[in-house]
Parts: sequence; C-alpha cells; structure tokens
Amino acid sequence: MAKMKGATLVDIERCKGCGLCVVACPLNVLALTTKNVNQKGYNYAETVLEDTCTGCTSCAVVCPDGCITVYRKKEE
Amino acid sequence: MTKEEIMQPENIVYRKPELLNDVPMHYCPGCSHGVVHKLVAEVIAEMGMTDKTIAISPVGCAVFAYKYIDVDWQEAAHGRAPALASAVKRLWPDRLVFTYQGDGDLACIGTGETIHALNRGENITIIFINNAIYGMTGGQMAPTTLLGMKTVTCPYGRVPELHGYPLKMADIAVGLQGTCYVTRQSVHSVAAIMKAKKAIRKAFEYSMQGKGSNLVEIVSTCNTNWRMSPDKANKWMEENMFPFYPLGDLKDNG
Repeated sequence: MAKMKGATLVDIERCKGCGLCVVACPLNVLALTTKNVNQKGYNYAETVLEDTCTGCTSCAVVCPDGCITVYRKKEE
Repeated sequence: MTKEEIMQPENIVYRKPELLNDVPMHYCPGCSHGVVHKLVAEVIAEMGMTDKTIAISPVGCAVFAYKYIDVDWQEAAHGRAPALASAVKRLWPDRLVFTYQGDGDLACIGTGETIHALNRGENITIIFINNAIYGMTGGQMAPTTLLGMKTVTCPYGRVPELHGYPLKMADIAVGLQGTCYVTRQSVHSVAAIMKAKKAIRKAFEYSMQGKGSNLVEIVSTCNTNWRMSPDKANKWMEENMFPFYPLGDLKDNG
C-alpha cells in the first residue's frame, strides 16, 4: 500500500492557541509553542514531528479558526 | 520526500473555506462557533449558493457573523431572526435563507418567533447553537442550562424549584407540524463535525425544496464561561450535555 505523506501549515497570526488540533491529531504531530507567542500573545500550534504526518486533516477539521492548511502526497 | 515537495498547491487536501473571510474571528479560543461557521461556509460553497444566500445574524456571540462568512446578511433584533427570515424567504423564494442563533437568542427572548416560524412551515433553516449558557454577556443562566450547572446567576447550581427546568427546543420543534427536519448534532470530534455538516446540508436542501422549516441544533461548548480549557469543555459536554441533549435526527420528513 502506498504510504501517504502529509504536511501542515499553521497560520500563526490567526491561531489562538486553543489546543484542539493538538488533541485531535492521532499521531501527536502538533504541539503548542512553549516559548514563542504570536502578535496577540497566544502560544500557537506548530508542527513538531514533520515526518510522522499522514495528512489525515483531523487537526484542520477541528480548528475553530480555520488556521491549518493540510497537504497530502502519495509516497513513490 | 521533502517538506517543500509535499507543500505544493496541488497537494492541498484541506484549507480554510473560501467563503470564510480573512478577518480574525472574535470568538474565544476553542469556541464551537468557529467550527460551525466553517461548516456553513463549506456547505454554501458546495451547493453553489454563494450568490443566492441570505443569512440572518442574531444578537449574542454570533452577532458579528456577517463579518466572517462572505454572503448577504441581515441583522435582526434580539430573538427576532426567524421572523425576519420568514419575511426574507417570502420575498425572495429562490434564495437560501437561514438564521444562526444561540440559545439565549432562540430559546429565551425569541422563543415565540422561533416556535411560530417553525410551526408556519416557513422554508428556512434555523441553526441553533446550544451551549447552555449566555456567552456574550458573561455566563448567565440560560433556559437551556442543565440542572445543577453553575453559572454567575445561579452560583450554587440550577435548581428546579427556583429556576425551573431546562428547555429542549428541538424536542418542542418535533411536535410542530410545520417542521420538516429537526436534528441535534455536535462539533466536538472529527466524526461529529462530518455528521453536523451533512445535517446542515440536508436542512439547506430541504428548505430550498420547499419542504418546510428545519432546525439544526448544535450542542456546543462555551469554555470561557464554563471556566474550562477547550479540550476539557468538550469532555464535560460529552459527559453532561449529551445525556440530556442526545444527538441524532429527531424528525426527518424529507
């Protein structure tokens, strides 16, 4: 079976750091920043395990602010 | 495969719906409103009704909904959205007309308008966000507040002797002859979000087919006024809200 590789792109300035994407991701790809904040002062979500993502879109579906764009490509 | 190879425009599988404006939403972090806004925007675009939709925004947290979804909006007085939607739909029968209301707006001040619009069988859809509390005004008790639930106006928990019982609007709507489709959904997980999207689409389609009025209740969280984190609020909702407000289709005459 062809393996799917995914990637997520978080709109940092739009993110409010609610953490719902972190809980929704089945592979723990995302995490909230602990040191950096965006202009509004929120700890935003960032990709911490880049190679693990399969592009299942769970994080983006639950994101209330539509901050996450998900890419998916079949591995050749 | 490098990250750059994956992150190409042709590989996008999910992005912010095009109908959702770039302006940041004023909702609190983790608010269910944002998810429902996304679903509504997606459904309207998928139905190809972008230029033929007139939405009615309420008073409450969703009062600024007109800033976020790029369709025509009309602002209603508190609770009067179904009355306004009835007029809009009668004047523009080919338009997709829906209201987007919270529980304070729909189940308290607008109970009369809601019940009568549903009972008349107006071909509109009412999207009802039920988070069991007044969000915008600071967490007061709403008619939908659960028994025992603490709010700023019932700090020792809601007791029936003093505050009466919670109001199940969707169950009332089932008994009205004018309603075509009444459903109760939630947006706490990916599966629930998919189901809620299908329900919204179904309701919009029924209203366009002239089958009667439709009520889509979305059991939601208000993590700020519940004094919880967004994730904990979702779990609290599953444990406490769902037993009293069970999910699923309550009526489908389509």
